[in-house]
Amino acid sequence: MSSLKAPKSKEAISNSNLLFIIASVIFALMYGFAILRYPESFLQFQTFFDLFSLNAPLIILTLGLSIVMIGGGIDISVGAVTGLVTMCCAVLLESKGGSIGGAMLLALGIGLAFGLLQGFLIAYLDIQPFIITLAGMFLANGLLTTIHKDPINVSHEGFVALRDFTIVIPFLGNSNRLGNFIPLEIKLGTVVALVLILLLVVLMKWSRFGRNLYAVGGNSQSALMLGINVRKTKFMSYLLCGALSGIAGFVYIMTTGAGNVGNAAGFEMKAIAASIIGGTMLTGGVGNLFGSPIGSLTLLTINELIRAAGVNSNFQAIVSGLLLYVFIVLQSVVVWMRGSGKFKIILPAWFKFNKSN
Amino acid sequence: MQSDKVLEMQGICKTFPGVKALSNVNFTLRKGEVHALMGENGAGKSTLVKVMTGVYEKDAGQIEVEGKVVHFKSPQEAQNNGIGTVYQEITLCPNLTVAENMFIGRGRHAFVSWTSMNAKAAKLLESLSIPARPTQQLSSCSLAVQQMIAIARAIDMDCKILVLDEPTSSLDEDEVRKLFALMRELKSRGVGIVFITHFLDQVYEISDRITVLRNGELIGEYEAASLPQFELVSKMMGKALEDVEGLKKRETVAREDVPVFEAAGLSSSASVKPFDFAIRKGEVNGFTGLLGSGRSESVRAIYAADSVTGGEIKINGKKVKIDEPIDAMKQGIGYLPEDRKGDGIIADLSVRENIILAMQVMKGFFKPISRKQAEAFADEYVKCLSIKTASTNTPIRSLSGGNQQKVILGRWLLTHPQYLILDEPTRGIDVGTKVEIQKLVLKLAEEGVSVTFISSEIEEMLRTCSRLIVMKDGQIAGELTGESLTQKDVMHVIAGGNE
Amino acid sequence: MKFVRLKEQLSHLLLPLSVLAVLIVINLIKGADYFSVKIINGALYGNIPNLLFGSSELVILAIGMTLVTASSRGQDISVGVVAAITSAVFVQVLLRSGDITWMTIFIGFLASCGVGILLGAFNGSLVSIFKVQPMIATLILFTAGRSISFMIDGKLSPVLANDLTSQLGGVMPGLPIQTPIILTAIFIALVALFLKTTNLRLYAETVGINEKAARLNGINPMKVQFLTFMLLGICCAVAGFIAVTKAGRHDSVNILKFIEMDAILAVAIGGNSLGGGKFSITGSIIGAYTIEMLSRTLLRLEVGTETIKAFKAVFIIILMVVASPVVREYLSRVKIRRGVGFLNGFGKKEA
Repeated sequence: MSSLKAPKSKEAISNSNLLFIIASVIFALMYGFAILRYPESFLQFQTFFDLFSLNAPLIILTLGLSIVMIGGGIDISVGAVTGLVTMCCAVLLESKGGSIGGAMLLALGIGLAFGLLQGFLIAYLDIQPFIITLAGMFLANGLLTTIHKDPINVSHEGFVALRDFTIVIPFLGNSNRLGNFIPLEIKLGTVVALVLILLLVVLMKWSRFGRNLYAVGGNSQSALMLGINVRKTKFMSYLLCGALSGIAGFVYIMTTGAGNVGNAAGFEMKAIAASIIGGTMLTGGVGNLFGSPIGSLTLLTINELIRAAGVNSNFQAIVSGLLLYVFIVLQSVVVWMRGSGKFKIILPAWFKFNKSN
Repeated sequence: MQSDKVLEMQGICKTFPGVKALSNVNFTLRKGEVHALMGENGAGKSTLVKVMTGVYEKDAGQIEVEGKVVHFKSPQEAQNNGIGTVYQEITLCPNLTVAENMFIGRGRHAFVSWTSMNAKAAKLLESLSIPARPTQQLSSCSLAVQQMIAIARAIDMDCKILVLDEPTSSLDEDEVRKLFALMRELKSRGVGIVFITHFLDQVYEISDRITVLRNGELIGEYEAASLPQFELVSKMMGKALEDVEGLKKRETVAREDVPVFEAAGLSSSASVKPFDFAIRKGEVNGFTGLLGSGRSESVRAIYAADSVTGGEIKINGKKVKIDEPIDAMKQGIGYLPEDRKGDGIIADLSVRENIILAMQVMKGFFKPISRKQAEAFADEYVKCLSIKTASTNTPIRSLSGGNQQKVILGRWLLTHPQYLILDEPTRGIDVGTKVEIQKLVLKLAEEGVSVTFISSEIEEMLRTCSRLIVMKDGQIAGELTGESLTQKDVMHVIAGGNE
Repeated sequence: MKFVRLKEQLSHLLLPLSVLAVLIVINLIKGADYFSVKIINGALYGNIPNLLFGSSELVILAIGMTLVTASSRGQDISVGVVAAITSAVFVQVLLRSGDITWMTIFIGFLASCGVGILLGAFNGSLVSIFKVQPMIATLILFTAGRSISFMIDGKLSPVLANDLTSQLGGVMPGLPIQTPIILTAIFIALVALFLKTTNLRLYAETVGINEKAARLNGINPMKVQFLTFMLLGICCAVAGFIAVTKAGRHDSVNILKFIEMDAILAVAIGGNSLGGGKFSITGSIIGAYTIEMLSRTLLRLEVGTETIKAFKAVFIIILMVVASPVVREYLSRVKIRRGVGFLNGFGKKEA
């Protein structure tokens, strides 16, 4: 039938991938610009990896948040939970029975606990995610300052060793000003972040859970009809996000070595912004998990650029806001142009005769 | 004989707050048969299907699948028991690919193999001649194709029972033929098919037996071959046929020189081809044609419910611009939308607020109607339209479909329009109210209001309209008046040049 | 007829009122002199006056938030930040005008309202034209706003050392009630008047419930949403004005910090749906006072300031659970069963 023409190839790219490509291009341009403008710092691999390791917690949180957002939800408690985890781990490590393994378990445990509670209330009791995770944020914040107000420097031997542990890559490196060759050092935080990125990308693209989550985020009513356990899927996404918050907390304290009340403050908003920049849509069902680290890095690179340019640090926040604005409008325009709206009214049969594409 | 039954439902009851959707309904499906489920909108077909497929839990009764008593708590459970469903509203995920939509939610593997999934999908698509690629995003497929993908999914799941809820609404003749061929193939494999449709000829073409529901009750189960079409319709509609005979139509329309509304070359973003239209004072005209012929889109273009892309409009001879619904309203045009729930009622607001809405907007932002006056208006229309509601403060969503429709009608009558557009005002409404509405339309015409009346039931339009515009494929195919206003003639125009 | 209407309205407010009642009882248990007031320097002080004083900004923001939530089906998380910016503008106008008189204060206030409207329009444009979810759209200002405010400040915490503004933030000679409380009362009255003389309620509720149908009935959803955001902008300006006159200096980082969360909570406790539609301003106002009372009650019970946050969290969670549709359905089913049982018993008696 002539009416049933095969659609053009451009429609084969999903929204997820399109937004991701845009994000990657912008990141590449941004970093390229950085290299050109400040070659002394940006051309070095070390800078790139430092960016990663100093901000590994944020990158990990962005991953978790993207996952929840793909499922159509949101979790604004992640920053507070991360902070709580750092303090609790610090307290544990400084106590008599503290051990690294114990701290890791504690971190994961706290994260999972929050994920469990929030996930249950959101997925099984149908309560709005924003309010519940807001409460979660308050709870974590409150617990954090109640447990210990002052900063704790962790002096636990094993831990300090872990913190200082670096993987040295001898053949990649740069010469410093004195002409000495300094091999590339990668901190553990970076490794954790990279491993998680890989694992989660595989999870979202190839596992049943990941695909179910996309379906739930795209149209949860349809997902239900298709036989997906929507509640369980949503619940798992929050559980996962919670676990990632716990891991991010451990990585945080591993990087900074101290538990501090202000740790990870405001990270949830940064993570949301990074997710959006990376191509994840708040409405759900759209997002490529590779985009999350790209979004975080874009945000961070800009901050670095501003710092390197010696501009007033206030501008960092303003530029972040501006960048967010651009990406939000971009997302909105891309979606509108591709006309991927909801179809509630069944279009008439003759519609396809007239469709120009 | 017993082992012949693949599905048996007995004494099914289902009540929603304020509405008894099903009372004591029986339904049996035999192996390898196509069984049509028929009834007017609101008869309970949709509810019965949802109980069958696990979306709703029944309040009473028993369901047996292949002799085994079952109790579905979720669509998943129904699916696991071999019941495949293809709903009227496409229940697929637009953000996933075609292949994913076919296979997601099935299977127990923890990991997805894209290559094998795409290969399986490609095979399935080819075997059913569906023009789509496995890696294509579902949202980029036309709705007809999406429906076929939904059907393909159900078929692939080797279901013993396949429920098709209005599967042909957006398919053209060729596609319908393909679908029926598919259904016959499934029949031969022993699959029992529940077929819900409002297209009468399709029912007779493919079904073996017919079950008729009316007002939530079972009217009867019949062999298709031994139930004449007229009898089927009368069973679906009940006694009302006699009531309706008494309606007298305006025989002639006083032709005044200047039409109340005139449009030339009107087109809209809903792919309405440029058309001309005019209606005179006190005239009742209708738009008809198959579902999807462009009737609704045309009147929406008149009201600017969709973005108008071209055309000239004259009201009483004077050129005007109608770009937004508010412009149409200010010119004295009212519009009762086809989708009552989605476009018509403001669900959480009260009956009173729904009634005064349009009039209030016409008065403007800074001139609120006093509570007392609003109540007076609401009471007036509740009375004159016999709207059944506990009070005018009740949220409109608690009213039955028919009463909700009357509220919306009241809303527009309150604005005292000179031209009223009614798109499917009688759909999904009990027969008594249908008759009331038709009588109202005639009364309005007598008082000098012009009315455009759209209905899927040609009978209704023949009874009320003095002029019928027949649409086909998005264009005006013909216009019938006076003596040529018979069902046969209308069908003829709709069928057009095809045999 | 009027009594029936009153009963309707009160049933919506059952949730916040009952919570308020519980808190009052707890306070009375702690000390029966809860309602006592003292007069110091010609003004009333006491638990209740202090409560009203402290929650002024929250009440005003909750009102604006209610309107935005109702028609845009989402929340504005930038209200504290916008208030910071508008109050920064106010302070600059004052500091640069040499002599500070009632007129300069008034002009400064108008300027801050203007800025509030502009920022509201910015958020509104994203939501109504670009169809962005409100929480995401307002994330932009949330991220960048305090820095903008700091830049307007020019330096760290500019100070408003001035008689007139401290009267505004405290007590005016001759009036027994603190000024912020009076200002809040006036504001509430103005809002009530606005709602009565315009169709904002009908338009906003309709747009929030069914945007398509709203359009088909002649309402322009874009304009309505825009308007609500601009009104919220004015609310932010007023709240910022009160906050900065209370504090006597403008601290971009800390002024009205986290108040957006409290405002959203107030709206929710007030019985409003966070998904838009029908709204009750009275509910949000009571919700705002309830939250403030909760904080103060916890303080009174000697809970640490930081731990209060945790308590608030648990409180919210319990509230949301009780109000959740799943739980509500379960409870109503239980009630029906009990009700039926009662009726059966009654019937038997008759026989």
